[in-house]
Amino acid sequence: MSTPPPRSRPLAHATAVTEAALTGADREALAGRSLWQDAWRRLRRNRAAMASLILLGLIVLAAIFGPMISPYDYYTPQWTLLNQWPTLAGGHILGTDNLGRDELVRVLWGCRISLMIGLVASVVSLSIGVLWGTTAGYVGGWVDSLMMRIVDILYSVPFIPFVIVLLVLFGRELILIFVAIGAVSWLDIARIVRGQTLTLKKREFVEAARASGVGGFAIIRRHLIPNLLGIVVIYITLTIPSLILFEAFLSFLGLGVQAPMTSLGVLVSDGVADLQSFPYLLIVPSAFLAVIIYCFNYLGDGLRDALDPKDR
Amino acid sequence: MLRYSLRRLLSAIPTLLVVITLSFALLHAAPGGPFDSEKVLPPQIKQNIEHAYHLDEPLPEQYLRYLGQVLQGDFGPSYQYRDTTVNDLIAQGLPVDVTIGGWALLLSLLIGLPIGIFAALRQNTALDYGPMAAAMLGISLPSFIVAPVMILIFAVHLHWLPAGDWGGGSPSHLVMPVLALAAPYTAYIARLMRGSMVETLSSPYIRTARAKGLPLRTVIWAHAFKPAMMPLVSFLGPASVGIISGSIVIETIFSLPGIGRYFVDGALNRDYTVVLGITILYGIAIIVANLIADLVYALLDPRIRYQ
Repeated sequence: MSTPPPRSRPLAHATAVTEAALTGADREALAGRSLWQDAWRRLRRNRAAMASLILLGLIVLAAIFGPMISPYDYYTPQWTLLNQWPTLAGGHILGTDNLGRDELVRVLWGCRISLMIGLVASVVSLSIGVLWGTTAGYVGGWVDSLMMRIVDILYSVPFIPFVIVLLVLFGRELILIFVAIGAVSWLDIARIVRGQTLTLKKREFVEAARASGVGGFAIIRRHLIPNLLGIVVIYITLTIPSLILFEAFLSFLGLGVQAPMTSLGVLVSDGVADLQSFPYLLIVPSAFLAVIIYCFNYLGDGLRDALDPKDR
Repeated sequence: MLRYSLRRLLSAIPTLLVVITLSFALLHAAPGGPFDSEKVLPPQIKQNIEHAYHLDEPLPEQYLRYLGQVLQGDFGPSYQYRDTTVNDLIAQGLPVDVTIGGWALLLSLLIGLPIGIFAALRQNTALDYGPMAAAMLGISLPSFIVAPVMILIFAVHLHWLPAGDWGGGSPSHLVMPVLALAAPYTAYIARLMRGSMVETLSSPYIRTARAKGLPLRTVIWAHAFKPAMMPLVSFLGPASVGIISGSIVIETIFSLPGIGRYFVDGALNRDYTVVLGITILYGIAIIVANLIADLVYALLDPRIRYQ
């Protein structure tokens, strides 16, 4: 975003006077830039991050609108068109799978589901983590010790086995996969947020809010969480890819999304099964998976550079 | 230091208790039992079997019995593999995982650390971007894609290496599993090392050391290396456990007889004791690994003291 154009209408009363006394350059320097405008400026200069952002945007658009446009769906088998190789003639650009379903549509659906799992699970984990961390950090005292002790204990709970047990035991509902993955991955963010909260709560603006009688929860919501958004944004872009990979891992074990619904993980593990005869069934979803993970990681790195106060 | 370690280990007991209780409750809350098979057993036989394994007792009693066993280091019999105890399964499977995981960890450190340091010294040049982009690719491609492709190339087409199986742990059987397991860790270590090395190299005391005219080599090894290792140590604690549990995928693809396979099969077949036993094992491993990481921290940074 470039600097906003000078306002055409004069501002109200007092500011209008000072405004008139300033030259153009002064005014530009005075027009405050928020943290986010600053960060956006720096991010735009990072070519790898911007390329990733654009590529991700394209994939998201394709995943949303592609299946709507396509004449094929992801679940109807076409028994006369089994395992067609990718070809430009005949409509199946990326070929068909072992049930004759259009691979392109299935991959786009896979992107949809995988991105949704990544996003929803990250939101679940961040909501718990941020609330947990800010509460512990802000309230302090024995509440803090207790809450952080719980985090310590949960750290020792083996994470992968636990999710596997959860999924095996309580069925493989899509929504449960979201929640199960999200609910066990909030520990890191809780710790980071608590640390930040501890330093933030000693700052003057929090002191001022407390002095003017703002309640504890309102301070957390209005003053602490907005200040933590930077870390949260960085963390979410780095969590999404790891959760997408985790879903793929579960699918590989046969614990992921149930057929005929699909995800990138399911497609990859189906592709592995047919690797020798039909390598394109592995290559196509793997490429999408790798590109998505790659882009999120680069974007997260770029955001960290853009938002990290250490570099300023 | 010794007292600190002892206290940490003591405080791990309630943690482990929570892990055991949680897993036990979860497993038994689920529908289905270990002896519900496709073929319906006559009720009398099923009752006899369940009685033999104490599965007909009330849950609290089963729980206490199990805790008592675990305290004596006995994880109980497997329901799925007749005449085999969980201890047997672990004794068979764990060496496989430790061998592969150990080599993979060593390999990823030997490759990842130098690459990370090298890239940090040439920050923002092609020699930095190139290896780091490659490392990012290593992170983005999960091992269940890399491993089958490796098998296709090196075993099916070139016939250089066996496609799988343990083969008594002979080197040719180890190469591919170790490489496939090490790849993402190598990439991660390289990126982590680069990041922390760049940060360390920009600190004032490094500038001072350089200004004194110390050669770059001395500055790196004597001044920068130790502090730069700090984030890596906290990563390696849990990662060294993960490199063993992460080999579930590797075990499946290369059909290796490790404990990861037993765990997944156990979870699928309600083999409570196998799942619980391996979960407890992982829990202990994580606690010990984190303790070691914290102790190494104190070795690297003399400002950290534990009482």
